[in-house]
Amino acid sequence: MRSHIREFDSSTLNESVQNTIMRDLKAVGKKFMHVLYPRKSNTLLRDWDLWGPLILCVTLALMLQRSSIDSEKDGGPQFAEVFVIVWFGAVTITLNSKLLGGNISFFQSLCVLGYCILPLTVAMLVCRLVLLAEPGPINFMVRLFVVIVMFAWSIVASTAFLADSQPPNRKALAIYPVFLFYFVISWMILTFTPQ
Amino acid sequence: MATTAAPAGGARSGAGPEWGGFEENIQGGGSAVIDMENMDDTSGSSFEDMGELHQRLREEEVDADAAAAEEEDGDFLGMKGFKGQLSRQVADQMWQAGKRQASRAFSLYANIDILRPYFDVEPAQVRSRLLESMIPIKMVNFPQKIAGELYGPLMLVFTLVAILLHGMKTSDTIIREGTLMGTAIGTCFGYWLGVSSFIYFLAYLCNAQITMLQMLALLGYGLFGHCIVLFITYNIHLHALFYLFWLLVGGLSTLRMVAVLVSRTVGPTQRLLLCGTLAALHMLFLLYLHFAYHKVVEGILDTLEGPDIPPMQRVPRDIPAALPAARLSAAVLNATAKAVAVTLQSH
Repeated sequence: MRSHIREFDSSTLNESVQNTIMRDLKAVGKKFMHVLYPRKSNTLLRDWDLWGPLILCVTLALMLQRSSIDSEKDGGPQFAEVFVIVWFGAVTITLNSKLLGGNISFFQSLCVLGYCILPLTVAMLVCRLVLLAEPGPINFMVRLFVVIVMFAWSIVASTAFLADSQPPNRKALAIYPVFLFYFVISWMILTFTPQ
Repeated sequence: MATTAAPAGGARSGAGPEWGGFEENIQGGGSAVIDMENMDDTSGSSFEDMGELHQRLREEEVDADAAAAEEEDGDFLGMKGFKGQLSRQVADQMWQAGKRQASRAFSLYANIDILRPYFDVEPAQVRSRLLESMIPIKMVNFPQKIAGELYGPLMLVFTLVAILLHGMKTSDTIIREGTLMGTAIGTCFGYWLGVSSFIYFLAYLCNAQITMLQMLALLGYGLFGHCIVLFITYNIHLHALFYLFWLLVGGLSTLRMVAVLVSRTVGPTQRLLLCGTLAALHMLFLLYLHFAYHKVVEGILDTLEGPDIPPMQRVPRDIPAALPAARLSAAVLNATAKAVAVTLQSH
């Protein structure tokens, strides 16, 4: 009887909701740390999840949203646009890497690409803070510097995870769309101005 | 890999006849690919052989699996048979539905396998093809090689989408009932696929030796010139520079495509028709992309910083009056250019 109870305890059915949520949040947080210190590790690949990418994508899209609702000037990035760019771009890169012969599953790749937006989300946060200050060339230079550094960080982190899954002679081909993807996002962050 | 295993496993435990039909479909697709590739002397046929071998091996494995599954299935249903016909029918229906879904999911992965030979390239090959797309060939006496490959063209189209998006944002383009992203993707993919199929149709009429795949690759690599020109001229607003680049870079990439097409067509009338259409479409598309998303900002800049308006006068009154006027004229120009491009593309 006791062994039966113990067995029951080890399953996740019986635990409180708080424990479940905390465990999942811890897993997501651990993966964030892996992106910030990119080392050769398979954590992001082994147990993938799409919670982190969703959180990052929504945060980025919300921060890129302009505060004014002006129908004349709707050329700025909108929530849906950022959302579509992130997911459509990630799916395209994944399909491309599969077509090039990479041995990585669809959702693993989506997970890595989504988590590696983290530096760019941080860059967006910094940019919004910097934009509170006086606008001018120095302001722009600071934002340019931050965005370039975070862009490079994203590229380095994602290639550290994804490069091993590609055939060695084709890494450049698989990395080019990744580069384009993060470049478009970082360019959107750099040109963002709140109205 | 867990996600791929589940549908594949479902299909494996499926019964024989369904699987056989499915298998034939795949084989049919494979042979179609080989037929297309046979016209091309640079295709990697060894890759396809490997694919077929792999497929056959998997087929054998699946047959063994299916036999085992059927035995178990029979026992299972035999036991249930005591409880009546109903449960058997329900189980059967669910089994059929599951099998259909699994085979559909699996066919998606099979389609990726079919596409894979077109992405079989090395970085050095892509680099040399990009460079070659700007170098017109002189010899038109014998058919020139066109590599049937889709990685380069696809990446160039995506790059063009990104550049176009950049141009739209910097020129403050406003699109009613649509997003910039959708417009950019639609324009680029529409041009690539639409013009390729149109020229392929013309080539069929003119009896030119070219396949659809080769046409896609040729036109896709031809977009390299467009990418360079647009990237530079969206950032440096100078008319003379654009016309120079348009003639030089755009002209070179167009000339390359024309030379390849000429080498594969027989007869002066056919050559003129085919190459004239392609050259006109390609050059006008570059012109359209540049002015459609660039003229707006130019027009406003001209009115705001034009030399003939004294700075004192324009401050209180002229800007509100001049801005809509400039925008209107730019919008008219934009609309005309779009209409011209649309009619050209559809003809």
